[in-house]
Amino acid sequence: MDKLIISPAPHIHGGDTVSKNMLAVIVALIPALLVGFYFFGLGALIITVTAVVSCVLFEYLIQRFVLKTEPTVSDGSAALTGLLLALNLPSNFPVWMVIVGSLVAIGIAKMSFGGLGNNPFNPALVGRVFLLISFPVEMTSWPVPVPFSTKYLDAVTAATPLASMKGHLGTIPDTLHLFLGNTGGSMGEVSALAILIGLAYLLYKKIISWHIPVSILATVFVFTGILHFANPTLFASPVAHLFTGGLMLGAVFMATDYVTSPMNTRGMLVYGVGIGIITVLIRAFGAYPEGVSFAILIMNAFTPLINTYIKPKRFGEKRK
Amino acid sequence: MNLILISLITLGLVGAISAVILFFTAKKFHVFEDSRIDVVEEALPSANCGGCGFPGCRAFAEACVKAESMEGLNCPVGGAPVMENVANILGRVPVIAEPTVAVVRCGGTCEHRPRMNEYDGVKHCFIAHNLYSGETGCSFGCLGLGDCEVSCEFDAIKVNPETKLPEVDEEKCTSCGACVKACPKLLIELRKKGPKSRRIYVSCRNEDRGPIAKKSCDVSCIACGKCEKVCPHEAITITNNLAFIHDDKCKLCRKCVEVCPTNAIVELNFPPRKPKVEAPSTPVAEPVEA
Amino acid sequence: MKTFRIGGIHPKENKFSAGKKIQQTELPKQVVIPLAHYIGAPGEPVVKKGDLVKAGQLIGKANGFISANIHSSVSGKVNKIDVQLDASGYKRPAVFIDVDGDEWLETIDRSGEIVRECHLSKEEILRKIQDAGIVGLGGATFPAHVKLSPPPGKKAEVLVINGVECEPYLTCDHQLMLEKGEEIVVGITIIMKVLDVKRAVIGIENNKPDAIENLRKIASQYNGIEVVPLKVQYPQGGEKQLIDATIGRQVPSGALPIEVGAVVQNVGTTFAIYEAVQKNKPLIERVMTVTGKSAVSPSNYLVRIGTLLTEVVNQAGGVPDGTGKIIGGGPMMGRSLMNLNVPMAKGSAGILFMPDEESIRKPMKNCIRCTKCVTVCPMGLEPFLLMNQSERNMWTEMEKERVMDCIECGSCSYTCPSNRPLLDYIRFGKTSVGAIIRNRAVKSVTK
Repeated sequence: MDKLIISPAPHIHGGDTVSKNMLAVIVALIPALLVGFYFFGLGALIITVTAVVSCVLFEYLIQRFVLKTEPTVSDGSAALTGLLLALNLPSNFPVWMVIVGSLVAIGIAKMSFGGLGNNPFNPALVGRVFLLISFPVEMTSWPVPVPFSTKYLDAVTAATPLASMKGHLGTIPDTLHLFLGNTGGSMGEVSALAILIGLAYLLYKKIISWHIPVSILATVFVFTGILHFANPTLFASPVAHLFTGGLMLGAVFMATDYVTSPMNTRGMLVYGVGIGIITVLIRAFGAYPEGVSFAILIMNAFTPLINTYIKPKRFGEKRK
Repeated sequence: MNLILISLITLGLVGAISAVILFFTAKKFHVFEDSRIDVVEEALPSANCGGCGFPGCRAFAEACVKAESMEGLNCPVGGAPVMENVANILGRVPVIAEPTVAVVRCGGTCEHRPRMNEYDGVKHCFIAHNLYSGETGCSFGCLGLGDCEVSCEFDAIKVNPETKLPEVDEEKCTSCGACVKACPKLLIELRKKGPKSRRIYVSCRNEDRGPIAKKSCDVSCIACGKCEKVCPHEAITITNNLAFIHDDKCKLCRKCVEVCPTNAIVELNFPPRKPKVEAPSTPVAEPVEA
Repeated sequence: MKTFRIGGIHPKENKFSAGKKIQQTELPKQVVIPLAHYIGAPGEPVVKKGDLVKAGQLIGKANGFISANIHSSVSGKVNKIDVQLDASGYKRPAVFIDVDGDEWLETIDRSGEIVRECHLSKEEILRKIQDAGIVGLGGATFPAHVKLSPPPGKKAEVLVINGVECEPYLTCDHQLMLEKGEEIVVGITIIMKVLDVKRAVIGIENNKPDAIENLRKIASQYNGIEVVPLKVQYPQGGEKQLIDATIGRQVPSGALPIEVGAVVQNVGTTFAIYEAVQKNKPLIERVMTVTGKSAVSPSNYLVRIGTLLTEVVNQAGGVPDGTGKIIGGGPMMGRSLMNLNVPMAKGSAGILFMPDEESIRKPMKNCIRCTKCVTVCPMGLEPFLLMNQSERNMWTEMEKERVMDCIECGSCSYTCPSNRPLLDYIRFGKTSVGAIIRNRAVKSVTK
């Protein structure tokens, strides 16, 4: 080089990139994905591929032809959105609905706000909630898990444990089954174990901090514990609550989404507690059996407020 | 029947009480405001550029109404017609300021001022200026990163990617002064527009001694003093190794342009000279090549 | 292992020149001694063209409170007093001296003997430090005597010695601690006497076990001096971070370390103080590291102040091929140099060559709000927010977000996965907010 380069300090960079972060989250999702494939077979595979491909494609097309900017699909965030959306769907969900969901997630929830980094709500969750409200029957008929199933649309369906909780408490499967994932539900949310492995990986790679998942799970545990203690015949045990429905998936992968969660650890705790409380309120008293998606979206809306009023611990700040 | 009556009476009462409260609060918190302020504001161009020295058109309108005379008050965007209008509204004698326009006092294009290093930071003049003196050997010259372009509300100043120098569009420039404030090297000056937009100015800010200045830039002012001597109107002074032409004294005789050995003195919008090379036809702040 | 409590990063250390003996560089033909170092008012020259000077002779007198004396680092004839470009390309007054022989002032003790006893009074020591023009050699070049005279009503309790050297690549302090350990410890006892404190702690990161051991051994012979090994973490060398790490006290926002009873000095400064007080030697040379991934022979050099960097580099093997950027100082806080025709100043701790491929920044992307900048900020600030505000010129808001607390360590820019130039914008904001604050202060005084 003939001319020296001048730039302000610092002159070195840690080498972290957006795509590395996204890739790490995708890797962390692999256990949950494998469990999904194992229990729901072909249907799970079809839905995952459809969601990922359509999300990436929509992002590319929108950036290329609508916004006329440099496409950024290579950073992996669209693929991640697709994956998360797929994991939040029942495995016998019609393909065309998956595509519609992807369009809503990418087109409305992400690109219309200015792409990665500017969306106030988690795109995958917006897609899921859109589908839940638009196609409630398809979204809530969960196939019975059959290892290596090759059935897709005509799988046998059954109620999820959470729906069972709403009606009669006697039919909840035992905790071990819930933990491993041998139960009805969306393909990614059935196995708590697989998700916890993913969480361990994310914490190890320092992609996320413990604050959001732990505060959500702890809040749900304590809150449902109080309810269960007050009236054991009406409310399920806190352990059952932890391992059922989308709570694990939501707490580990959806609520911790960088863009839509608060910017410091104090705020993250407030955010996590908020999600926990709203989830339990919806589960225990609301019309829907599951409330994690709504809880996260509601707290997403509060994130800017949390960022404005809750500041990180400054250096030299006196403890009150 | 009873129900209707009761509702009517309650609502009526609430309404009446609210009206009384509102009446008194309005009285209590009434702020007297000269109604002419609104009229004056209406007459202003609503650019809110701050070029008049007040924070926005409303504040300027208030100042106009409060002031005793129109002396010192000028809306650079609207210019003479608007100020005349304002003076008429307020029934005062209009004071017409001579129109000014922004000029960039740096002629160091890429060919005149070779780049010696490469800046790889945020494209922001102020940040680069805080860091170091610039890509060229001249620590006074334009950085070419376009803070002035960003500051301009009227799209009148643009950095030419070829010369890496900003160029002022005279038609659009309202001489609001935003770019003057934005430039960290203090290169931009508001000068009198001059008759038929003809202007002469020193397109350099280099305060180094002659040889050093010349080394870093072909078209720098080397403070040789020729222009100062030749000027019949005493319009040129040299301070800190830099010539400056006072636009209130300059009679646009162009003698200094001829004698300047480095072509640092620039003439704009003059008709072509007979034997010499023609002046640029477009109104750009670029030095004339000899 | 102790460290500071908020934020911090761990960049690759790359200490190529570690363990390399300090080499004396050859005397140059001419030195250019700047009358102004990085901060403070320029000194008043007390020599004129044609004067003969000896090494150690005063040539520039301190001008104002935050200013330090300047001494000739060589013997010879004053060629001229002129302006010289500094590292950022601006002109600074400097004294040009043509070197002739190597004659030192007679008062300077040049023997290698260690003088342990010091019978001078507090005031005499302070005067000697001031006369010798000692400034902080850690980088900020703040005059040492100012730091050692606490404002009335404030009492120092602990002396904190900075042997951290948290900047990657640099090893000059490390090597100094190995070779001049005894002198440094004597220097510490002198500073303790000046400050009238009973306790001193030396903070050293545990990637320098040899230095820790060396100083521990020597310090055990003295009372009240303790070596504290610290976990490797950048920016531990920042004054406030170091105090937090070693004695667990946090300096409040906007306050000086003396607020919590601490005074911080760098090991290099401590060594210079020892030489000034015990050997009558003013600050005319310092140790600097010449290094880089591609550097021919990364090593540590003892260089006279005012030597042009080209000469130092030539003796260290020259500029390696494919160098895209030359940095004066460390890679995190150093300045990129426009060329090597810059005189070595009191604060120059190193010359670092960056290869082409590491010289250019990667393109910036959208902020993905990953909170990494907030997590690593050692001052507990929100860099992403400050950058946004700076882009929009929201100065009052930035002041409320405590932008003035920023120590410009660069951890935020280092860690950002989107390559956002956070610190560039924050520095811009700091300059602007600083100007506003100064204006306000001036106004309130004149009112």
